[in-house]
Amino acid sequence: MKKILLLIFLIALSFNSFAQGIFGGKVTGNFQMDLQASKKDSIIGAEEVKEKLLMNAFTNILYTNGDFSAGVRFEAYLNPILGFDKQYKGAGLAYRYASYKKDFLEITAGNYYEQFGNGLIFRSYEERNLGLDNAMDGLRVVARPMEGIALKGIIGKQRYYWEKVWEREDLGLVRGLDADISLNSIIKSMESSPFQMSFGGSFVSTYDKAEPMYVNNGSYKIELPENIGSAAGRIQMSYNQWSLNAEYARKGQDPNAVNGYIFHQGEAAFISAGYSQKGLGINVSAKRIDNMSTKSKRNETGNMLNINYLPALTRQHSYSLFAMYPYATQVNGEMGVQADIIYKIKKNTLLGGKYGTDLKLNYSKIMSIDKQELNPSTPIGAIGTDGYTSSFFKVGDQLYFEEINFEASKKITSNLKLSFMYSYQTFNPIAFGKEGKPFVYANIFAFDATQKLGKNSLRAELQWLKTEQTYGDWAKGDWIQGTLEYNIAGKFFVAATDQWNYGNKLGEKVHYYNFAVGYNKGTNRIQISYGKQRNGIICIGGVCREVPASNGLFATITSSF
Amino acid sequence: MKKIILAFMALLLSFGILSAQEGSSKATLPNVSVKTLDGKTIKASEFSNEGKPFVICFWATWCKPCLMELNAMAELYDSWQEETGIKIYAVSIDDARTCPKVKPLVNGSDWDYEVILDQNSELKRALGVNNPPHTFLISEKGEILWQHVGYAPGDEDNLIKVFKQVLQGEEIK
Repeated sequence: MKKILLLIFLIALSFNSFAQGIFGGKVTGNFQMDLQASKKDSIIGAEEVKEKLLMNAFTNILYTNGDFSAGVRFEAYLNPILGFDKQYKGAGLAYRYASYKKDFLEITAGNYYEQFGNGLIFRSYEERNLGLDNAMDGLRVVARPMEGIALKGIIGKQRYYWEKVWEREDLGLVRGLDADISLNSIIKSMESSPFQMSFGGSFVSTYDKAEPMYVNNGSYKIELPENIGSAAGRIQMSYNQWSLNAEYARKGQDPNAVNGYIFHQGEAAFISAGYSQKGLGINVSAKRIDNMSTKSKRNETGNMLNINYLPALTRQHSYSLFAMYPYATQVNGEMGVQADIIYKIKKNTLLGGKYGTDLKLNYSKIMSIDKQELNPSTPIGAIGTDGYTSSFFKVGDQLYFEEINFEASKKITSNLKLSFMYSYQTFNPIAFGKEGKPFVYANIFAFDATQKLGKNSLRAELQWLKTEQTYGDWAKGDWIQGTLEYNIAGKFFVAATDQWNYGNKLGEKVHYYNFAVGYNKGTNRIQISYGKQRNGIICIGGVCREVPASNGLFATITSSF
Repeated sequence: MKKIILAFMALLLSFGILSAQEGSSKATLPNVSVKTLDGKTIKASEFSNEGKPFVICFWATWCKPCLMELNAMAELYDSWQEETGIKIYAVSIDDARTCPKVKPLVNGSDWDYEVILDQNSELKRALGVNNPPHTFLISEKGEILWQHVGYAPGDEDNLIKVFKQVLQGEEIK
């Protein structure tokens, strides 16, 4: 396989150099380095870092010449910063590809990222700041035979830290096809119609070598399937202000470590409907997931080797106290709804004032799915069985997460902007992997003021989390946080934050203070901070990672070129 | 095998470096397919503004400084357009989780930008964007003239200043 890849690389390259010459191309890329020095702090639980200084760095260098492009990413984790898997330790070229477009064809050899539809059965993506990367290594072909039709074919293996994936037989081979059709682009008479419609379908199959598995002290033999298939269909429609997006996916038998080696078929459904006009936006979504975790290695758990993407149907918060109890998708089964209303009160009205007022309301609720035993003698989820039966529209009896939040922001004068946010969250610690533990109920508030002072600006932020629940290391009662930030003409900034756990009834009432300075010029940015970081879960782009407590220095340098 | 791949990469890189040194030519918008809000496919290399330069802002619904930036510019956009004919492409990198919120947010906030969906971050990667917000000023030929990372109140004043300089044919550092 590797030889084939290389050959295609070379063919693509030589073809390109004949066709266009090699010196007319352009180089773009970016760079990021994170440095961390943390010292021991037994009160917040920060462990001693033996290596003293930790570093993550990567640089992408992309070369584009007309229809040809190629790129590499060099990554170094020496050693990985806290919260990154230790298996990342090392350095090397983690990503390289070459791609060529000719007429209606686009061919990529090497590493690539791709998504089918909403990602219910296939998404290959990266989130460098979380250490997540399931880049494919193989081949991708995209064909656009006519406007409005896109056909994609993929084959390859997924990245697994620094492993040589083609030498590992226990890492599965992923193959997939996807078709996307936009009706309005195909049918000329519909081109400027207010009714827009597109639909698509995809199929993904994984080959993961299997040995028979013996359970119950070897008395019971399970034959594991080696080929696992999933299929999905989707539709997207809009008519004037209305829009609808729906996708349905099914997966064949896939006993794996995440679902407890049951043969139950997987199912996922997602629907989202919206109405919007100038100054008003409404969106309502619902989804159901039943046993949909799909990985290219059946005994893998955690964040690596995911073939598909099952996002959480909850609001993603940027204020830290609002994100203290983040929900994480329960891939073995959940049903949820979410609604968003965004409204702008017009300017020059009583409530809108001179500049108008922005209002946002968000509600989400996630429940378990209904699970019934197969027969009275088989417990739900018994290994090697079909696990359970589940009726599609029946909601389970367990609440996983519920939140209502409201946000208002208003410009008072041309230089002063205020915003307020409130959230009430009901959090089932199952999202932290703590099944059956008591819930947390939290009222959370934020006030935010930004004052422009000529070319500079001052921002003050106050957050307050109020809860009756104090359970120990993962639920520590009330918190208050204050931040002051001063920006000098968009070039320098200094900020001070204190996150105070004043309501911790079981332990130390710790101040997590932090000071940060940053400098920004063009696309170069350097930021240095010093202080304490609580252990917790950070989420970026809908994916979460556990970060251990730390106490010390953190520096980030980023650059694009 | 690994050595061959590395050698090949080194070769490719040297082409890149050579061309970078040789050329006074600037990087241009790549031939990457993205989607409009109503689901149509468009290539980034086809972004245009009636023969004038334009602006691309990378943002996401969950990125607070991005919303601050786009809201601040939204208030000035009408007068900017009258004065300079500027056009802003607001490229959302929201993924499947937050993508359904883009359209309601854009309309609810009363923005008049050309909103583009880059759901699997292809354009983001191709342009070397690390984190949003990231703003590009693009010439009428699709060349990247100027870029800026992050947002602080007042950055919008600088953007329009640079845009006017470009209109007057001044060289941008």
